[in-house]
Amino acid sequence: MKTWLSQHLTALRDTGRRLLITPLATLLNIAVMGVALSLPVGLYLGLSQLQGLSRQVSSDPQVSLFLALDASPSDVREVEQRLRQNSEVGTFRYVPRDRALADLERNAHLTDVLQSLKTNPLPDAFVVTVRDNRPEGLEALRDEAARWPKVEHVQLDSDWARKLDAALRVGRSLALVLGVLLSSALVAITFNTIRLQILTRREEIEVSKLIGATNQFIRRPFLYFGALQGLAGGLAALLVVGAATWLLNRDLGGLSELYSATFGLSPPSIEDSALLLGFSSLLGWLGAWLSVSRHLWQIDVR
Amino acid sequence: MITFTDVTKRYPGGYQALKGVSLSLEPAEMVIVSGHSGAGKTTLLKLMAAIEIPSSGAVIVNGQNTRSVKAAAMPYLRRKFGLVFQDHKLLFDRNVFQNVLLPLQITGFDIRSSARRARAALDKVGLLGKEKAMPVTLSGGEQQRLCIARAVVHRPSVLLADEPTGNLDEASAGEILELFHIFNQVGVTVVVATHDRAVHARLRGRTLTVAGGKVIEGPVTT
Repeated sequence: MKTWLSQHLTALRDTGRRLLITPLATLLNIAVMGVALSLPVGLYLGLSQLQGLSRQVSSDPQVSLFLALDASPSDVREVEQRLRQNSEVGTFRYVPRDRALADLERNAHLTDVLQSLKTNPLPDAFVVTVRDNRPEGLEALRDEAARWPKVEHVQLDSDWARKLDAALRVGRSLALVLGVLLSSALVAITFNTIRLQILTRREEIEVSKLIGATNQFIRRPFLYFGALQGLAGGLAALLVVGAATWLLNRDLGGLSELYSATFGLSPPSIEDSALLLGFSSLLGWLGAWLSVSRHLWQIDVR
Repeated sequence: MITFTDVTKRYPGGYQALKGVSLSLEPAEMVIVSGHSGAGKTTLLKLMAAIEIPSSGAVIVNGQNTRSVKAAAMPYLRRKFGLVFQDHKLLFDRNVFQNVLLPLQITGFDIRSSARRARAALDKVGLLGKEKAMPVTLSGGEQQRLCIARAVVHRPSVLLADEPTGNLDEASAGEILELFHIFNQVGVTVVVATHDRAVHARLRGRTLTVAGGKVIEGPVTT
């Protein structure tokens, strides 16, 4: 155990030394890895947060029932009665057409335009919250209410959120594809770096083999190199994502104020950061392992 | 300790370096392998260290047939040997101390014990005090002494030296040969291959002459 630990410490020290011997090349490799990893990671995090927002908005889906313009008070009472009897309906509120017009005047600053109208163009409406907000339940209520007398139009208010959610799912798939492609690039970068290292250290490997080094002993510093470089690439990606989040948040603050909302991107959580660092180290290790396995057997002292 | 039984070595391309060689080396022997350049001395040493495998016949090292040793076990067999090369094969990006440390790191000695052994080996070859020097700053003789320190630091039972004085002046060569005698006196089997008659004359031990692919037993010099 002591021997094993000692050999690993020696390999780790040797790897650190080699990373520092060529600082520019090391920094460039780390920068390339950082940028490559930050693209899918940043995209994934941004989309996840947008998806969270859309779910939050659509967590209380509503169905709006717009009545015909000629609906009488008895028609309104008829619809209200049907809503009370419907088991799918949780709560509902009636929005008379006059109040809707007043709200529109107040909120949209359209007084001049609305005063020029001869009649109120808005219908009476019911805003309904359902008990079960699964899409099937919402759609069933929408279809049923659309058949009621004097109900002109039924609208699922969560439709836009669901469409956004679907679009975000596509975005996440895109981030995944990008992630796989750029991860492969990271493995390839490490593979090539290690290949060059093996070539430049060929004599050292030969001597080590001649004096009794096992393949594990020879492989170890290269694997550490790949893993450490991957780890540093992951750290660089976190820095890039963190900086981009900070920059975007400055502009998003102004944008969200215009919509009377507060929305900002959060930097990667500790769990996400740990996952990214572990993953990038693993990719570096994999690239190194593939390279060493491919090239080490070619150096045979026999 | 090392036994050759009817060993033939033929390289790809058909060149036959050794043919029907049978010999036996005993522990703590001093053996001088002589012969002209290209006679097969290096091949003989490589077969002993399991760097080459015979085309036919058997090389037995400490009871193990080198042909049947699995690849994973080969490094452990090689650790029984200390190798001294004519071109030293030093690692020029590491200092003197780190070069000597390498076999100990490979073998798995702990750091403290490794440092002690490395200093002892450097002391034996007269390089203590130059631990931090880079090999490129050493003279040819010093580089060869460093190579010897690296070869003996893990206390191998056999020391194989291939033309160890080939690039050295007479004085440096004398110091190197004396070192071999010192290691032999403490029980290490030393095999020195040389084409140089002057070197041969300064060594005391059993002589094997390689000529025409055959190994001829010569006299024991004292």
